[in-house]
Amino acid sequence: MSSLLEVKDLVIKFGLRTGDVTATTGVNFTLEKGQRLGLVGESGAGKSVTGFSIIGLISKPGFVADGHILFHGEDLTNASPSRIREIRGNKISMIFQDPMMTLNPVLTIGTQMTETLLAHNPKMTKKQAMEKCLEKLQKVHIPSPEQRLKQYPHEFSGGMRQRIIIAIALLTDPEIIIADEPTTALDVTIQAEIMDLIIELCETDDMGLILITHDLAVVAQVTENIAVMYAGRVVEKGRTEDVVQNPQHPYTQGLIKALPEGSKGSNRLNQIPGMIPTLTNIPTGCAFHPRCPHVMDVCTKYEPALIKVQGMDTESACVLSSMRETGGKDGK
Amino acid sequence: MFAFIIRRLIQAVFVVVVISILAFAIKQSVGDPVRAITAQSVSAEEREAFRDQLGLNDPIIVQYLRFAKSALHGDLGNSFFYQRPAVDVILSKAPATIELVIVASLLIIGLSIPMGVFSAIYPNSFFSRLLMGASIVGVSIPVFLTAIMMVFLFSVKLGWLPSFGRGELVDLGGWKTGMLTLDGWKHLVMPSVALSSTLLPLFIRLIRSEMMEILESEYVKYAWAKGLTRKRIWFVHAFKNTLLPVITVGGVQLGILIAFTILTETVFQWQGLGFLFMEAVERADASLLVAYLMFVGIVMVGVNTVVDIVYGMVNPTIRITGVK
Repeated sequence: MSSLLEVKDLVIKFGLRTGDVTATTGVNFTLEKGQRLGLVGESGAGKSVTGFSIIGLISKPGFVADGHILFHGEDLTNASPSRIREIRGNKISMIFQDPMMTLNPVLTIGTQMTETLLAHNPKMTKKQAMEKCLEKLQKVHIPSPEQRLKQYPHEFSGGMRQRIIIAIALLTDPEIIIADEPTTALDVTIQAEIMDLIIELCETDDMGLILITHDLAVVAQVTENIAVMYAGRVVEKGRTEDVVQNPQHPYTQGLIKALPEGSKGSNRLNQIPGMIPTLTNIPTGCAFHPRCPHVMDVCTKYEPALIKVQGMDTESACVLSSMRETGGKDGK
Repeated sequence: MFAFIIRRLIQAVFVVVVISILAFAIKQSVGDPVRAITAQSVSAEEREAFRDQLGLNDPIIVQYLRFAKSALHGDLGNSFFYQRPAVDVILSKAPATIELVIVASLLIIGLSIPMGVFSAIYPNSFFSRLLMGASIVGVSIPVFLTAIMMVFLFSVKLGWLPSFGRGELVDLGGWKTGMLTLDGWKHLVMPSVALSSTLLPLFIRLIRSEMMEILESEYVKYAWAKGLTRKRIWFVHAFKNTLLPVITVGGVQLGILIAFTILTETVFQWQGLGFLFMEAVERADASLLVAYLMFVGIVMVGVNTVVDIVYGMVNPTIRITGVK
């Protein structure tokens, strides 16, 4: 039986005048029914573009250059535009980053909710759609939803708007929700509320979740599996618990040390020196080597593959991990 | 919404009052009316007595109030040339200009929206590029030149369209319209096309740039992510937002359209307000100038008020602040 979602060797490129620039290479992950996966990385690591590629919405001039995205075994990378439209917003919903920008300012909440249902269920009447909207608004704990449906986005706070967007994502009872930094634009107190709500809904409806974020702490709380991305590559992948407690890749180690609770005792937060490379200027060999504390000669020459670390479920793309696997014999 | 409309109307009245002050000032500075009325042989004392009689020696405020009072009664003085009340002259010429402006506006609205939207959705298509090139040319050529070139081509060379006048008119209870006869329409074609020739490309470019920006916005991207049809995204989500700045600019531009009628009407000998205005300037017909100014001013204020109210209806955030 095929997985709910399987991303295989995904390569996304951006066609520029000066030539194609590679945004992601060889991204692999799978998501089973009801599973929650975190895609973690710095800005520019390629996590959002990976998320958008699943529903066929990479901003121009980006395109999927290679690889497959299998949804129930159906390859979405070569599906027709109308087939993709049937799936997006219906089987696979998306939650965007900034709720202040996501809703159309001149349309009522009711219009923006019902149109999603009507687009995917042509036979549904407006009244049935309204009832469904009310049900979902209650589910995301919006008080007096009947009146709310008639209001415009500017009459809601940021947290409320994100609840509405979650309600819209739920309308069609999707199998997967892709949440792209769903709490980044919100207050810290609201962040926890929204995150709890997303987990609660995923659990009750057995939905798959792909959580795209730079916030390792959020991923640690919410997801079962994690894929850490750096410069368009998945550098470490495994069960969230394992990766957070026993990170294998130096980049993941750096990320965890950079968390406030990782900087034990010292007054200053740890940071990874340097910056993420731009897509046009990816270093040779391991893309992380200029910032890596354990850099070796070999790192500048060969790009390490994502391989299973011995004795663990985690996969890591680092020479160190492969040395550990083979007892350090071929790691020159 | 109601409070918003009321407030907007009060503002409109205030603007009309300001216009009337300006009109009054023009009347004051155009020249001494006594000199215009009396002959050279009239003595200085008689002139002075005449001034008293006409109330020209009263304080300026009193004179203005008198002017405003009669203006409210629809009396803006007599036209020297026509020997009729200036308001009557204006009203008899207004239909010609109004018809011209309406046809030109319909041309602008009817063409700029589909063209602007198309060139925003397919910015790289051949048609869009052609449109952008042509619109630059259109914006750059002044109305009177377009008009003269059209007369040369379609009247002189090809002989398809009449070059001047309004043609056969039908009298509808004082409103002489050219829109009910084929001949009237033939006469309308060139003036209305000429009148719309600068604003049409401007609107196409405005709609295109606004819409392109909105197509890149987060909420349009989100609309795609919801799996909506292209039609719905383009014409409901993007277009409704495009309308907001277009309405604002459009209201102001409509005033420019009225101003441009002076050029168009002069070239085509179109017996409307613009043509009348040129004549009045040449004849120093002060009352007629004042009446023209008041009329155009009130029309402008009216149009802008309607535009603001329409804007308030399209933009929900305005409505809320209006209620407060």
